[in-house]
Amino acid sequence: MEAETFTDVQAPLDQPVSKRESPIAQAIGVSLEVFRKDRLALAGAIIYVVLILVALAAPLIAPYGELEVVQDEVGIWLSNQKPSEQFRLGTTNLGRDIFSQLIFGTRSALLVGFSAAVAVALIGTLVGLVSGYFGGWIDTVLMRLTDIAFGIPFLPLIIILVAFLKPSIWNIVLAMAGLLWRDSARVIRAQVLLVKEKAFVQAARVSGASDLRIMFLHVAPSILPLTFLYGSLAVGWAILTEASVSFLGFGDPNTVSWGYMLQDAFVSQAMSRGATYWIVPPGVCIMLAVMAGFFIGRGFEEVLFPQLRRQ
Amino acid sequence: MKTGTLRYLGGRLLQALLVLWVIVTLLFLIFRLAPGNPVAAYIDVTFTEEQQKALLEGFGLDKPLGVQYLIYLKNLAIGEFGDSFMHRKPVIEMVLTVLPNTLYLNFVALILAYLIGAIGGIVLAWFRGTALEKVGVTFTLMTRSAPEFWVGMIALTFFAFNRGWLPSSGATGAGTVYATEWQKLTSGDFWAHMVLPTLTMALYLHGLPLLLMRSNMLEVMQDDFITMGRLMGYSNWRLMVRHAARNALLPVVTALALGIGYSIGGNVVIENVFGWPGIGRLLVSAVAGSDYPLAQGAFFFTAVIMIVMNFVADLLYGLLDPRVGASQRARD
Repeated sequence: MEAETFTDVQAPLDQPVSKRESPIAQAIGVSLEVFRKDRLALAGAIIYVVLILVALAAPLIAPYGELEVVQDEVGIWLSNQKPSEQFRLGTTNLGRDIFSQLIFGTRSALLVGFSAAVAVALIGTLVGLVSGYFGGWIDTVLMRLTDIAFGIPFLPLIIILVAFLKPSIWNIVLAMAGLLWRDSARVIRAQVLLVKEKAFVQAARVSGASDLRIMFLHVAPSILPLTFLYGSLAVGWAILTEASVSFLGFGDPNTVSWGYMLQDAFVSQAMSRGATYWIVPPGVCIMLAVMAGFFIGRGFEEVLFPQLRRQ
Repeated sequence: MKTGTLRYLGGRLLQALLVLWVIVTLLFLIFRLAPGNPVAAYIDVTFTEEQQKALLEGFGLDKPLGVQYLIYLKNLAIGEFGDSFMHRKPVIEMVLTVLPNTLYLNFVALILAYLIGAIGGIVLAWFRGTALEKVGVTFTLMTRSAPEFWVGMIALTFFAFNRGWLPSSGATGAGTVYATEWQKLTSGDFWAHMVLPTLTMALYLHGLPLLLMRSNMLEVMQDDFITMGRLMGYSNWRLMVRHAARNALLPVVTALALGIGYSIGGNVVIENVFGWPGIGRLLVSAVAGSDYPLAQGAFFFTAVIMIVMNFVADLLYGLLDPRVGASQRARD
């Protein structure tokens, strides 16, 4: 019974096809529903809104440039300063303002997170849709491919790819998207298998709609919320992975990200100096951004699969 | 073992071999596309004339790509990975030297994580609806979102550098040499070095089994046989631990494969934060130094560890759950 609400949210069967909202409008409707019902998801959304605003206004908020070496009147580098009125989070060993780096780091985190999420959602949805809809050998091949993607050590492959493709934000995103689609593809395929047996899909088929039309017009809207779910999870994974790659020294050398800051702190002996003001803030930012993605994902899950909610 | 189970395991074995082949081929392609000519992937400019010639012939680098691929497969099969550029030693020797360290780290961390996860899941299910549950779940979500290397850095700052309670780097004390692997494993020194890396890793890995165990418990508690037990007057404790937990544990074992994936990925950063002389650290230093043969060997063995561990997880699952042959399709 509860499982039925699942289909109701996405594809009201009692309405004629022409009156159904467009897929995008439906997806937005479900999203609003998620944020209204789930407080954690709302918290996640608020975190993202704040991060986006900070990223946009970064040059206004940050007192210094991200790589600017701050000097005193006589030109001596103000390195390893403790937090003060002038440097809210102190400075690095090269005299860079940590607070400013933190603010600018929002940009690369969101850039990596969102672009990877879009790529992952696109590839995963397409693979899942095609695999589930057509079945047969196409399904077998695509699902074997998915299994293989699960068997490849994720971070090590990213490191090798990024190092060979030259470290840059886009290569990191590319490498991640090449593997991360596996989760969403598998789940979306399972959902497509259910949806394609539904009456409205059968009706479309009987009335002579083409495969493409059925796939994208009739089946796709029902799985779009799942795409959102895996997209929001991918934001978190991507930010986390970019941080790891940067920390290991294979990040974009021209971009200050939170992972880069931590690598900088690590190699500059911040730990033995007990410079927690340098170490703690970037990690907290990563954690918040990743958690926000997980929270939104969880919210989608609970609205989409209400049977989980009784717990 | 029933034929269903055997068929399942056979399928899994084939799957493992297929993954291995894809990875090997991927490696071949990546390293042939490496900057410079393909020869650059195996031969460093500073090698002597003879060394260069020996490698050129050994890897068939002067032959067409298809032939090179076959020679490459043959070399992998006999464990011939070439020589490290930086260390001038056979790659296979270097990898095998550090491999045990990586295995210790991952095994101990995984076991800890799944113990904590399973028990924690039962506890949170027991206290459902209370403040403790909320705190527990939030804490676990936080540990899953925090970068492992960052948690490691904070742990190092406080427990190694500030308090000096635990060593900050390596697997053994500086200059300490153990005659045998067994001596190392039974030394307090080695375990003192293990504490921070394994705990940091386990803290990250425990989230998956914990959340899974908790939701499985809650689900199983709704089952008829639990209601039946309740009617028969069994204590809550007995129902939870002896009846529900047993059933709830199975899907957690299934998720072991996923946990292994996370563990192997996290292993790379953990080894680098804690200066742990394992395969992850070898991989990063090799890639950073453009030491192609070493990078290739380290990646290959990382993949092999993951594939073998995944297969063992499948094996475990097949043995634990008699229904597995029948439900194989559902898992695909």
